Amino acid sequence: MTEKIKKDHSKTYLNPYFGGVLLGIVLILTFYITGRGLGASGAAKSTVVTTIQSVAPEYAKESGYVSQFISDDEHPMNNWLVFEVIGVFAGAFLSGILYGRLKPKVEHSPKITSRKRLIVALLGGMLFGFGSQVARGCTSGAALSGMAVLSLGGFITMMGIFGSAYIFSWTFRKLWI
Amino acid sequence: MGPLIPNNIIPADWNNAIALLLGMCFGFVLEASGFSSSRKIMGTFFGYDFVVLRVFFTAAVTSILGILYLDYFGWLDFGQLYIHPTYLTSAIVGGVIMGFGFALGGYCPGTSYCAVAIGKLDALVYSLGLFLGIYLFTFVYPWLETMFTSNSLGNITVPGFFSMNTYVFVFFVILAALGMFIAATLVQRKVKKVDY
Repeated sequence: MTEKIKKDHSKTYLNPYFGGVLLGIVLILTFYITGRGLGASGAAKSTVVTTIQSVAPEYAKESGYVSQFISDDEHPMNNWLVFEVIGVFAGAFLSGILYGRLKPKVEHSPKITSRKRLIVALLGGMLFGFGSQVARGCTSGAALSGMAVLSLGGFITMMGIFGSAYIFSWTFRKLWI
Repeated sequence: MGPLIPNNIIPADWNNAIALLLGMCFGFVLEASGFSSSRKIMGTFFGYDFVVLRVFFTAAVTSILGILYLDYFGWLDFGQLYIHPTYLTSAIVGGVIMGFGFALGGYCPGTSYCAVAIGKLDALVYSLGLFLGIYLFTFVYPWLETMFTSNSLGNITVPGFFSMNTYVFVFFVILAALGMFIAATLVQRKVKKVDY
């Protein structure tokens, strides 16, 4: 009986406008303190660069892309975004504890299997990772942080992401609804 | 005057500690807003939950206004801020590829990290995909380099590009955001609820 009386908070979220204002304040603080915005894909890029550099240092030096992020006096993992993303994990974990949402699971529409969800998630991640390098940033670094300082590229990338996501989500709607 | 670290008001030694703290706030707000659920995120595109649209554009408007006010009062020098550079072709091509990935994966990189933090295994696989995608990009970069660097306009802002008044542009951005919020509310009323 106590189970039923105890309210389930796992689907309780912040009011979206309140959440948006908080997110905006975090972004203002980031620009005010560091002069740059927030990011997410940059940390993944640093990890990939470090991996390539430690496995195949010669190749890394010759690679037109990877070599751009290697310098002799600084390790690629000693990077602002890497520390920021470690923080993102910690912050999300704290919120998960607070709202009782910590639970290992594969989230998917009842119309598809877990296996299909995982395969499609892998493909989606690969495309997003690839695209984030093409556009020099993802939804956080290019779109949101770009828009905060009115960057033309930020607005264009934001419209590219949301416009294309809208079209492709209807094309592949059977994955979701 | 800000930005504090570039102007040595806060010593650069604090950089990583501050990154960790701001990252924590970022992750907390994303998770608490519901960005750790791919089905909630995808609701924006199907009209059953507009949380992404509401949070994202409220955050954009808040930060634009906040930064402009700080600049206006002389607390922050807008000229010293890093403006994401504009490469027209790659901004569009990259955006479209990311949108495709978004529609399949249901996350963007930042939200997938939040979902991993609370135990979503699909997000873990998605993040693995991110690394693979970036790794793949480093291989094909020689073929993409011309496209990657074409149509470079430098660190330009939208009002700078159209030579219009910054405040007028921001006013239109706010109007557009409000219009989308109203439209979202109307659409959500008509769309059949999806249980997730």
